Amino acid sequence: MGAKSVPECWRRLAACLVVWAAAAGAEPAPEHLHFIVPGGAGGGWDRTARVTGDVLVKGGLLQSASFENLSGGGSGKAIGYLIKTAERQHGTLLVNSVPIIVRSISGVFPFSFRDLTPIASVIGDYGVIAVLPDSPYQTIDQLLAAFLRDPLQVRIGGGSVRGDLDHIVAALAIRALGADPRKLIYVPYDTGGKAVVGLLTGEIQVLSTGLGEALEQRRAGQMRILAVTAPERLSVLPQVPALSEYGENAVFANWRGFFGPPQLPAALADRYAKLLQEMQALPGWEAALERNGWVNFYRPRGEFAVFLEEQEALIAALRKELGFY
Amino acid sequence: MWEGIESGLATAFTASNLAVVVIGCFAGTIIGMLPGLGPISAIALMIPITYGLDPAAAMILMAGVYYGAIFGGSTSSILINAPGVAGTVATTFDGYPLARRGQAGKALAIAAYASFTGGTVAALLLIFAAPALASVSLSFQSADYFALMFLGLIAVCAFAGKGYVLKSLLMTVFGLMLATVGTDPTAGVPRFTFGQIDLIDGISFLLLAMACFAISEALMTILKDEDSAQMAASAAKGTMGSLLLKKREVKEIAPAVGRSSVLGFFVGVLPGAGGTIASFLAWGMEKGLARGRDREAFGKGSLRGLAAPETANNAASTGSFVPLLTLGIPGSGTTAVMLGALLSFGIQPGPRLYIEEPAVFWSVIISMYVGNIVLLILNLPLIPYIARLLAVRKEILVPMILFFSLIGVYLVSFNVFDLWLMVLVGVVAIGLRLLDLPLAPMILGFILGDILEDNLRRALIISNGSPDFLWARPSTLFIMAIAALIALVPLLGRWRTGRTVQAGEGG
Repeated sequence: MGAKSVPECWRRLAACLVVWAAAAGAEPAPEHLHFIVPGGAGGGWDRTARVTGDVLVKGGLLQSASFENLSGGGSGKAIGYLIKTAERQHGTLLVNSVPIIVRSISGVFPFSFRDLTPIASVIGDYGVIAVLPDSPYQTIDQLLAAFLRDPLQVRIGGGSVRGDLDHIVAALAIRALGADPRKLIYVPYDTGGKAVVGLLTGEIQVLSTGLGEALEQRRAGQMRILAVTAPERLSVLPQVPALSEYGENAVFANWRGFFGPPQLPAALADRYAKLLQEMQALPGWEAALERNGWVNFYRPRGEFAVFLEEQEALIAALRKELGFY
Repeated sequence: MWEGIESGLATAFTASNLAVVVIGCFAGTIIGMLPGLGPISAIALMIPITYGLDPAAAMILMAGVYYGAIFGGSTSSILINAPGVAGTVATTFDGYPLARRGQAGKALAIAAYASFTGGTVAALLLIFAAPALASVSLSFQSADYFALMFLGLIAVCAFAGKGYVLKSLLMTVFGLMLATVGTDPTAGVPRFTFGQIDLIDGISFLLLAMACFAISEALMTILKDEDSAQMAASAAKGTMGSLLLKKREVKEIAPAVGRSSVLGFFVGVLPGAGGTIASFLAWGMEKGLARGRDREAFGKGSLRGLAAPETANNAASTGSFVPLLTLGIPGSGTTAVMLGALLSFGIQPGPRLYIEEPAVFWSVIISMYVGNIVLLILNLPLIPYIARLLAVRKEILVPMILFFSLIGVYLVSFNVFDLWLMVLVGVVAIGLRLLDLPLAPMILGFILGDILEDNLRRALIISNGSPDFLWARPSTLFIMAIAALIALVPLLGRWRTGRTVQAGEGG
């Protein structure tokens, strides 16, 4: 205390003045970003936001980052809050993923991504159709043949509710293979991990999940991947067919990305998008991708918005076909 | 296997790792004591600290925090009837009445002894049975989980005691109804939310438990004067009950503790079942086994009734490490957070963990044992100080309980709506208590309702809508048969009393 705190105080004041001067100029420097996580601690959103913030700070692109978990209403609570307090949230980013599209279609919350400012998607995960290594279905064609014989014996499970992510991937696969997705028996679990248990106990025969999770299980020798919803075969899995080889509209990626408040000045939004782009060159980010089994899926601003529109149209059409509205 | 155990022992007993266990247990106890903060929040708070540690030390720290938080949770359940975690709801049944009778010290000591025994027995079972059990837990399908939850609900109603069977059933159904508020687990559509975005995630357990137990109890204390007077009197005399158990008391609780350890461990091994159902089942089982006056005492401050759920709860938390460490499948919310932490160290738990990372696997298991000892040593001397909380005057204690309960719930959701809902539930709870309707079955119905529904609907999807899943597999049929037998207990009791009355009239 005492002697030391006086210069500290002056330094802070000077820093404030610099910030103020910068804010008065064209483009305020993002020394601080606040991340809103619309779900609890420890989930996928939480991890994405915290890792992003951490990497940015450690890589020197950002001075500090803070995080806030605001769960509720399947992220409707956080979106509503961001919209309501938009004017004072210029330094705030909200993390989200495919559910923001599904839940606005199914009416869980009265908002959509259009009510926010899309900044950029950062990571992505293709969907996969997987079975146990000793499954009687060793290829996607064998699986299709069994499905056509008796859909009841080929139950597909996943870690999301009906009409959401994993169900969409499964239905997309069945449709691409030329069969009727409405005949599909989809068994919902509340997490992907529980769906894997379901596969191991034999109550489901096929698993619809994300590529990252499936690769981890595959490394442990617990899973065989039959098909992937990528536009083409992946270098990590050269023998596994991409579903787009079988039919149209079979590309699907579960992205995670960031949104700003509505009416965020375009200059700021562009700056944040650029920040996220620069992040990908950081060694810390490389390590984080490796550790979490993530894949870069950077789509900035306008490109991100177009991607969201397309995905929304795809999901809406598929849900309609499956009998949801 | 022995080399693994050896390297685990070497890892667990390094000075720094022992320090980590002590710190973890202590921090966990303090965090767990605050109503509203449970093992999940305690572990989540620890995650940033673990980044600087090596994987074994990190897991040891988190296991210590986990145990500490569970033990701390019992403290608030016993002293102020505020179960911060679902696993300690059953502890309030007999723990709180004991505390009110001026035996808070004894109740806390029993909780400590019982937790210790449950944790120790389960840790031993874990060492010798973990790999074998992993495959057993994988034979449990959704239909079996449904049957198990059903059994839990039936047991609590059937053992509710004379005159309370129908009331318990009624309240269980009420709890199940409350559990349906929120998002449909299968279709993802909001239901019974009345358009309120705040209700989309359903009613939180913490809110309901705090409102039903802590808030309503605190308000009841104001309504009923004599209880607190008695409490203050016993506190003033400094007789918080002896920490030492009499030989007779040890004899009374020992068999219950033994049975509950084994029961708790095996329930804990099943992914998703966990400490809550274990503690309720243990309490129900002991009540069912008790005879005569022992049975009457359940719910009014029975030592057995306190020891059983405490033992089972701890044994189950140890058991829940079986699916995590051997299959990579988290058996509970807490172990899910731990899984995330392990993954971030690049360790993939699974069937190969104890081959590839024997030091991590065995040092965690051995630390659990050490953690139990540390908890006992740490907590026994603290009990008199903790118990003195009850000596605080009612005018201060009641507002304090209200304050901490409300803050605890608010800190989890940061939602003012929850506070209003909590006050509303608290008032309704007082009404129900004045009508002599038991609240515990309602809480249990609420906790198990989600799991019950989720598994029932999954089982129905799998059986394509046919109810034959109830008898299609031997394990489901077996559990349902036990449930049916238990459901007959109250009827049997009535038939027997009917006969004795008739015989009496005849003679």
